[in-house]
Order: sequence, then structure tokens, then C-alpha cells
Amino acid sequence: MTATATIRENRAKRNLTIAKAMAEALAQEMRRDPSVLVMGEDIAALGGVFGNTRGLLEEFGPARIRDTPISETAFIGAAVGMAAVGMRPVVELMFVDFFGVCMDAIYNMAAKNCYFSGGQANVPMVLMTSVGGGYGDAGQHSQCLYGTFAHLPGMKVVVPSNAYDAKGLMLGAIRDNNPVIFMFHKALQGMGWLGTVQGSINDVPEDDYVVPFGQAAIARAGKDVTIVGLGATVHLALDAAQELIAAGIEAEVVDLRSLVPLDRATVCASVTKTGRLLVVDEDYMSYGVSGEIIASVVEAGTVLKSPPRRIAFPDIPIPFSPTLERPALPSAEKIVAAVTALLRGGR
Amino acid sequence: MYETMVKSRAFEERIATAYFEGKSPVFNMANGPIPGEMHLSNGQEPCAVGVCAHLDAADFVTATHRPHHIAIAKGVDLDAMAAEIFGKKTGLSGGRGGHMHLFDARVNFACSGIIAQGMGPAVGAATAFKLRDEKRVAVAFIGEGAANQGAFHESLNLAAVWQAPVVFVIEDNGWGISVAKAQSTAVAHNDNRAASYGMPGHRVTGNDPAAIFAAAGEAIARARAGGGPSLIEIETSRLAGHFIGDAEGYRPAGEKDALFARDPIPALRGKLLGEKMMSEADDLVLVKRAESAVEQAIARARAAPFPAAAEAFDHVFA
Ligand SMILES: Cc1ncc(C[n+]2csc(CCOP(=O)(O)OP(=O)(O)O)c2C)c(N)n1
Repeated sequence: MTATATIRENRAKRNLTIAKAMAEALAQEMRRDPSVLVMGEDIAALGGVFGNTRGLLEEFGPARIRDTPISETAFIGAAVGMAAVGMRPVVELMFVDFFGVCMDAIYNMAAKNCYFSGGQANVPMVLMTSVGGGYGDAGQHSQCLYGTFAHLPGMKVVVPSNAYDAKGLMLGAIRDNNPVIFMFHKALQGMGWLGTVQGSINDVPEDDYVVPFGQAAIARAGKDVTIVGLGATVHLALDAAQELIAAGIEAEVVDLRSLVPLDRATVCASVTKTGRLLVVDEDYMSYGVSGEIIASVVEAGTVLKSPPRRIAFPDIPIPFSPTLERPALPSAEKIVAAVTALLRGGR
Repeated sequence: MYETMVKSRAFEERIATAYFEGKSPVFNMANGPIPGEMHLSNGQEPCAVGVCAHLDAADFVTATHRPHHIAIAKGVDLDAMAAEIFGKKTGLSGGRGGHMHLFDARVNFACSGIIAQGMGPAVGAATAFKLRDEKRVAVAFIGEGAANQGAFHESLNLAAVWQAPVVFVIEDNGWGISVAKAQSTAVAHNDNRAASYGMPGHRVTGNDPAAIFAAAGEAIARARAGGGPSLIEIETSRLAGHFIGDAEGYRPAGEKDALFARDPIPALRGKLLGEKMMSEADDLVLVKRAESAVEQAIARARAAPFPAAAEAFDHVFA
């Protein structure tokens, strides 16, 4: 081990929130690469509604940290144009639910320009947005829409579950020559007012490092059942796995980390080992991530000891009232019940 | 109009108090009797009452993410509205919509949390009224920040091409969350933009209900008489943060104090008393009446039952 590596090994742990880790990645990359800039609504003086651009205005000024008008078609379209001429724009649109107003710039231009130009026009931009509900903000501010974006070819989609990954995925996203949608879950952001899942706060090195896309993580090893999650559902799965120990069940938890590209191999290897699969997704059930994971495992010919199961948001708009919303969301209790049923071999 | 303003303010004060319950010592949006974001409209009451005074239940209104004052002025059922905001079964939509998605078909009221997206539906409703030869009009309320949205420009043009009986009302409170109007909008006054679409534009200054009433009266009468669409930008003030919990660090020092000094409710009260259009005793009666309506709505909302989990699955389709 070299001297510096030893020093790094011995360094004090730096526990950061995802918001801070994102801001740090942006700052580091902006210092390194003058073609990087950030724009979006309320990202400058306010530092982003979810805190992931805090402190950037002070260091980089308003030319590189730009508040935009509420003109998503224009500024997301503008990011495509900036990227076409050699910039690396990072754009935030606060809530993924708002993408309808500017979808063309995203799925017809950002996502297709590389292909239609035969590779002449790369679109190296990052689109950051918040996802997720559970705090009573109703159906226009609580969706995940993972499946919607992962379904459309030409964009990479990443979903960090912790601060270490958030920084590494962000550095990778900015350097990627493709449009990357960086979807961060509100409950993991470390913003007190949204409540914070403690597991999302972890040790983040000051170094420059990239978490490669398309490599799922084994968040917890186990031999009896594979629970696949992403973003916030990874933490629900970990909580459930902890509870299942009492019943003598060792669950393996897979954190997808990126949806495009999707690491089918790690999922299949895990299911080959455990023989059982449960997918937990906060996005709508039908035509989404949960179906894709199950199809991938089945298509690979993985031998299952019992039929796969999934927990996802039912196919209803996300309701406002807590007595309607909370029971509809995935939870550790639902996971425990589903795993218990899987082990009994039942449906 | 004064009484409606008082009622709206009283409503928001009670909502704010209830919103904070259970959210301390650590502010967490998910907790307390009212979860989620809460956008208050105090300071903006004159816009709602001045415009809605010309409307009846048959006229169609679309409001924004900051809808309470407009809903109250449009005659949305106060009890059902309060119950909706508390997520109760007796709410306007049984707890499915909440504060940003209030719908009352009885008085043709709708709102949405997506910026500027109520404008298209207002043009559509107005066009339907015209097609069917009804003397009804539609009004779309938006914030000044929303005037930079594609939907704003497209809706203005479409309304003008179709000569729809619609009035676009911009509540210009100077801020779109943390972004000042001057930083987001290339023209100082959005009523100037009306000219680009061949419709009359009007700006009302001073957050004054009488002036708003006059301007809106003209625009709505024109629309009703078949004279087509128009746009009104109203100078108003957002006395609360963008949402409850917003510390407003972005506001220049002193701006808030100046706004409070120009609070439209005491201003109107002073004017009415000064011009002897109302006595202190009248005021007392009227304030009491407004407050007791609000008190009752909140009490009923609190006492109402929550919807059962299974009700989440109703009404996905008609
Ligand atoms: C399409 C869309 N983009 C962004 C947002 C987030 N957002 C909610 S309110 C708001 C500011 C709106 O400002 P303005 O139109 O002036 O209305 P005000 O809040 O001042 O009443 C923004 C950016 C949204 N709800 N919808």
C-alpha cells in the first residue's frame, strides 16, 4: 500500500447526505472542467429545493449557476443545444412529475439526436430530478416514473440509494457523452423537512471517483431470497431483511443503482443462488421496472423455487390523504409478508 | 368583497396553525394533520375577489398551486374544501386531491400544481361556451412566473384565434419561488405580451380591490358580449413564503416589512371606514361572521373521518 493510500484508508469518515454529495460532485467537476454548468429553477440563491446545488452560486457565480425562468421547453431544449456545441450542462427540473411540459426536448431530441445523426451529435447532458412520495404531496408531486424514462431509448437513467453512490454516479453522469437522467428520491436527500432515511447518509471520500453505470450492488448478502430494489426501496428491503433474520431467513438485497444500463447479470446471479425473487418498486406496477426485472430473470432461464413476486405502487394516481397514500406505498412490512409467502412456496 | 377577503385570510391563518401541528420540533412535511406542501395566498386576496365578483357558479375558473383565495371567492364549499385539505372522506374529492388539486364541479372550479397548465382548459371551456351560445366565460389565474411557460403563449394565441370568451389573470407577486420577476421575465409587464396575440392587456397596480374589480369587469363583460379574450396583470404581494417552511433568504432585507405595511386587508378596512361605507360595528359583525364560517369549516374537517385505504382505488376511471 502506498503512503497516500494508507492515509486515505485511515482518514476520518465523512458522512454526507445525498444532497451534499451531489453538490460536491458538481463543484469538483466544475473546477476540473470549464464546460460544465448548472441550470434550473431555484438552483442558484436557493441552492435547489432539495439542496443539491447549495454553495455553488457562491463559488461559480451566476453565469455557470443559472436560475432559469419557468420555461422548461426552452431551457431543457437549450441544454441540448449547449451540449451539441461542446458544453456539459447539468439541468435540474425539480420534480419528475413536471416533465410533461417539456417532454419533446427530452425524448425526441436529447435522447435521439445521437442516433439520428449517426453518432455525429452527442448530447452530454445530465437531467437531475426528484422522485417519490409518502409525504402527502399528492399525484402531481410524488411520482417516481422510473419506468417511463427507462422505457425510452437513448437516455441513461441512474437512481442512487446513498451518498457514496450519488457522488460517484454524478461524476460519471457528467462525464458520460450521453444524456443521463439522475433521479434522486426525496426521502433520501437528507433534507430534514422530508424526513431522512438514515441509511442514505454514508461515508463519501473527497476523492474523484466514478460509480460505473450498469453495475448493481449487493447491499446485503443472503442465501434464501433475492430482494431487488432501487433508491428508497433498497432501504425498505434492508429493513425487512433485518426483521427476517428473526424468522431464520437470510435475504439478499440487490440495489440496481442504474436502470439504463441495467445489470441483469448481477440480478440473475443472485436469483440463481437464492432461487427466489421479490422486486420492490415505488413506481407504478404495470409496464414498469418490476415487470422488466422479472422478465429478465425468467428469460435467462434462471431456475426458481417459487413464482417471482413484486411490490409496487398500484395503478392509481398517488392520492393526497395519508390514509389513502401510505397503505398503497411499498413498505418493510409488505416485503416481510411477501418474502414469508415466497418461502412457503405460495403465491 | 371585503368580507370574502377577511374570510380567505382567516381560513389561511387557521390552515397555517393546523399545518404546524405535529411538525415541530423537527419540521417534517409528512407529519401533522395537513401533510405535503402548503402554499398560502395571503396578500393576494384582492385579485381573487375583484375578479370573481363578476362571476357566477356557471362560469369556469382554473386556479394554480396557490388556490385558496380564488376557491373561496368562486364559492367553493368551504366545509368540503377544508375537509379536503385535511385529507378527509368528506372533502371535495374524498381526500384524493388535497390542497393543490381542489375541484368543485358545482361551481365550475378546478386547479393544478403544474405551472400554467390551467390555461389550455380555460380556453377550451370558453370555446365550448361560445359554440353552445352560452353567456358563460372562463377565467384562468396564473402567477407572473407562469407567463414564461409555453402553455401561456400557446393559450393566448389559441384564445385569440378562436375569439374565446376567456380572461387570463396574472397575479404578479414579484417572485417565482426564489426567482425575482426581473431575473426571469424579459419584459417588465406581462400585459404588454397580450398585444403580441392581438388581445387587450391591462395592468392593475396597488393591489387595490376596487381597481381590480373595475378592470376585471370590463374584460369579463367584453368576453360575455362576444368580444374575445383579454389579459390582466395584477400587482399583488405574497405575504407568506412560497410554501410554509420557506425561510425566504433570497428576499432583499426589508422587502417583507414594506409588504406587510401595505397589507390589502387593513388598507381596505381603513378605506371603508374612512369613507363611511362601513362602521366599526359593521366590521365587527362581518369579521365575526367570516371567522365563524371558517372556524366551523375547520372544526368539521377535523372531526370528519379519514377515507378507508380501499377508497384510493375508486374513480381512477369514470
Ligand atoms: C411545469 C412546472 N414547473 C415548475 C414547477 C415548480 N414550481 C411550483 S410553483 C413555482 C413558482 C411559480 O411562480 P408564479 O407562477 O409566479 O406563482 P406564485 O408561486 O408566485 O404564486 C414553480 C417553479 C411546477 N409546479 N410546474
